[in-house]
Amino acid sequence: MTQRSSTQRLIVIGNGMAGARTVEEILARNGDFQITMFGDEPYGNYNRIMLSNLLAGVEDEAGIFLNDLSWYADNNITLHAGVRISKIDRSKKFVIAEDGTKTPYDKLIIATGSSSWTPPIKNIHNPKRGFHQGVFAFRTLDDTRGMIRYARDHERAVVIGGGLLGLEAARGLQNHLSHVTLLHAMGHLMERQLDERAGKMLQASVEGKLGIEVVTNAMTTEILGKDRVTGVKLADGREIPCDVVVIAAGIRPNTQMVADSGLAVERGIVVDDQMRVQGQDDIYSVGECAQHRGNLYGLVAPLWDQAKVLADHITGRDVEAAYTGSKLSTKLKVAGIDVASMGLIEPETDDEVIIYNEPKKGVYKQLIIRDGVLAGAILVGDNRKAANLIQAFDRAQALPEERAEMLFDIGGPAGEVAPADMPDDAQVCNCNGVSKGAICGVVNAGCKTVSGVMDKTRAGKGCGTCKPLVQRIVEWAAGGEAEEDPAASWYVPGVPMPKPELMAAIRKYELKSVSAVFEKLVPGGEHDAKSKMGLASLLKMMWADQYEDERDARFINDRVHGNIQKDGTFSVVPQMKGGVTTPAELKRIAEVAEKYKVPMVKLTGGQRIDLLGIPKEQLPAMWADLDMPSGYAYAKSFRTVKTCVGSDFCRFGVGDSTALGIAIEERFQGLEGPGKMKLAVTGCPRNCAEAYVKDLGVVAIDGGKWEIYVGGAAGAHIRKGDLLATVGSAEEVIQLTGRFLQYYRENANWLERTYAFVPRVGIERIREIVVEDSDGIALELDAAVEEAVQSYKDPWKERAVPATPGQFRTSLPLTVLPQVPVRA
Amino acid sequence: MTIAPVEKTVLGPLEEIPFGEGRTYAVGDEMIAVFRLRDGSLRAVSAVCPHKGGPLADGQIDNKVVVCPLHLYAWDLATGCSQSGQPPIDVYPVRVDGDQIILGD
Repeated sequence: MTQRSSTQRLIVIGNGMAGARTVEEILARNGDFQITMFGDEPYGNYNRIMLSNLLAGVEDEAGIFLNDLSWYADNNITLHAGVRISKIDRSKKFVIAEDGTKTPYDKLIIATGSSSWTPPIKNIHNPKRGFHQGVFAFRTLDDTRGMIRYARDHERAVVIGGGLLGLEAARGLQNHLSHVTLLHAMGHLMERQLDERAGKMLQASVEGKLGIEVVTNAMTTEILGKDRVTGVKLADGREIPCDVVVIAAGIRPNTQMVADSGLAVERGIVVDDQMRVQGQDDIYSVGECAQHRGNLYGLVAPLWDQAKVLADHITGRDVEAAYTGSKLSTKLKVAGIDVASMGLIEPETDDEVIIYNEPKKGVYKQLIIRDGVLAGAILVGDNRKAANLIQAFDRAQALPEERAEMLFDIGGPAGEVAPADMPDDAQVCNCNGVSKGAICGVVNAGCKTVSGVMDKTRAGKGCGTCKPLVQRIVEWAAGGEAEEDPAASWYVPGVPMPKPELMAAIRKYELKSVSAVFEKLVPGGEHDAKSKMGLASLLKMMWADQYEDERDARFINDRVHGNIQKDGTFSVVPQMKGGVTTPAELKRIAEVAEKYKVPMVKLTGGQRIDLLGIPKEQLPAMWADLDMPSGYAYAKSFRTVKTCVGSDFCRFGVGDSTALGIAIEERFQGLEGPGKMKLAVTGCPRNCAEAYVKDLGVVAIDGGKWEIYVGGAAGAHIRKGDLLATVGSAEEVIQLTGRFLQYYRENANWLERTYAFVPRVGIERIREIVVEDSDGIALELDAAVEEAVQSYKDPWKERAVPATPGQFRTSLPLTVLPQVPVRA
Repeated sequence: MTIAPVEKTVLGPLEEIPFGEGRTYAVGDEMIAVFRLRDGSLRAVSAVCPHKGGPLADGQIDNKVVVCPLHLYAWDLATGCSQSGQPPIDVYPVRVDGDQIILGD
């Protein structure tokens, strides 16, 4: 018996775009496999999308090949081109080719793709030679070659199928014949991507600009002509003369051989999130033939994603890598006309729909917005906003209040300046002083993701208002090659998971410390400094007092319970609930300020007294002398409740805002969240406490009622909060406040303030959950926030015994450090 | 990468630096931040952020970088190179001898 090498034998059935791409991804991960590929077609792999260009004569054959035969040789891949596999023997682990040869495998990838679908049409086939002479499918290089050869000597073509492929075929055929008719069985073109109005607009452009005749509701029933095609007949009896027929009526996955081999096949080959064929350990499927979570994908972007996951998994780079499905969007030129489409085509009753229609120019735009996020978009005739819309759709981003901004470049403030018009030294980020030139320099050096550029330049990392402009500059500088940042949807940059999956994994594996999360959920267990604070906050929210605190996971503010200032000193802010204090407290604060020679005593916007410029090493002594609780002017946490005078003294006050503000602050003090939470309660709609622009603002109205507003802001972003509910008692205000804060804590992205969170989720949805309890989770939210508030401990109490050695030692030469003696 | 020349100096007991954190030492005219990584190894770099003078020893670290607490600019702890468009910082040889931190070769 020969000794078997540790190198595994990998067979890939299918040498098309999915199969070859998967192999490329495996090679890029240094996968240790001896690879054999079988391809139905007698070529190396080529870009099927480019067949339209080949037909249209704008590309030659050499230009459409992705990997020529030398690539296979260079990578030690054995290619059997033109050899079809007829069966997979799962029990003995080999594949049988049509020529009878058997090839054993350890791992098998099925990437058999799809074939052109032929509708049931009389006379379409000739019993002796396949298709009737003059009838072509449009799927392979051979199809395309045959079509070009035949079309040269003929005059009139009919293309059956008014989808993307049919339109491309019709446009391409115009280069070879004088007359092309496009027949579509449905009522309008591209009905899967476009609504009726957009489809009609496209039809008008195709007919008017290109001279292609389009017939809709055209069900072809028969090919006319005995020896050669003379025309086609439609179900309504019409006859259309032609001498070439091209079928582009759709595709069907190639699964027959796989089903015959006893593998799970429904519409496609059924795979799990690792692209493993259902019930199989060593057999995978990827591309158009694979059915994932009930979906088949016929576009390249999902296929690329699948190839990456499969490669990560099979090479052991990340065995738990998971493909979770793709949101489909297309942006292309259909027969020379700009078209983009994503998501829903038709709105439902409650959806917000924005339509712009300019038939004379052939421009049509439609947006469907559901629950505040883009659920669908169609653009015909003008694709300039397509990239932004696809991004908003993919990432479920918050949308601008002014919806028209999504469809047009509306003249406005600096945010709308075109990158090309800006001088290189124009300052883009006013917080961190980053110029357009600096951003372009990073892009030119090879960093083409927005977040990568932001990381490297710090642009957009201050108040954040310049982020859209940074994005436009990156896209412009990258010449349309800006790359999707895979980390854009992750909760923190160092753990590759969106928040819901991250929380599920944390619960599943009971990960109670930040390092446990890195070690379990990051490939290679790599820690990431920039992710620590977000993870610490999340874990504390999830586990309350079971959270295992690690000091190095804390930001410096949370290590010393003060807000770091520009010179490395800290600010000390004692708690002053609802902005109310006493002469005794004021006196004590004044005495401490004098004793420690505090450089600045300042009233804050949140109605507290800020003692600024305190050296780190003085913090414990000051806390002891003050003997007041921490006011939490640091951390991503509940900060303060601003109040007005309310009903005690104010002539107009209709509710006791001061008492309610104090009660709310007392209950939720120190509560951590994804962002800071600033609240206010005001005693009448005159709104002296500015409650309309707080994360949560409460307004007393006449009749003993309270209005609760959420999602307001008056910082770098300004937004009036949305009315969540009007209630009749202070107790209800406190209950809904806790419930809303908990829902926000559980569902917002890291550093996502409520002004972004509320419009993203939608106030109606939040109201359903928080007020109406539509999802039946209100009691859970109440219980979770109760558990969190019960675990509150005043951090300033730890002053007597520092948590770590040197916790309060200075880090800058503010005072003379003890000099380390240098040896002579 | 600039490995700054420094005379051999005993900075003090290792236990002064918790795992995953940094502390600042004054050595001659230099302010040097020493970090103790979670794997136990040490890194030493200039203590003052060249961007706006932030205290790097107060920054968060992982096994590769330190992030300044003021504006979150990041530096590679092994090379001193900036990851965010700033000048590099100095790095110093540092090691443990017994329970003492030794700066310099």
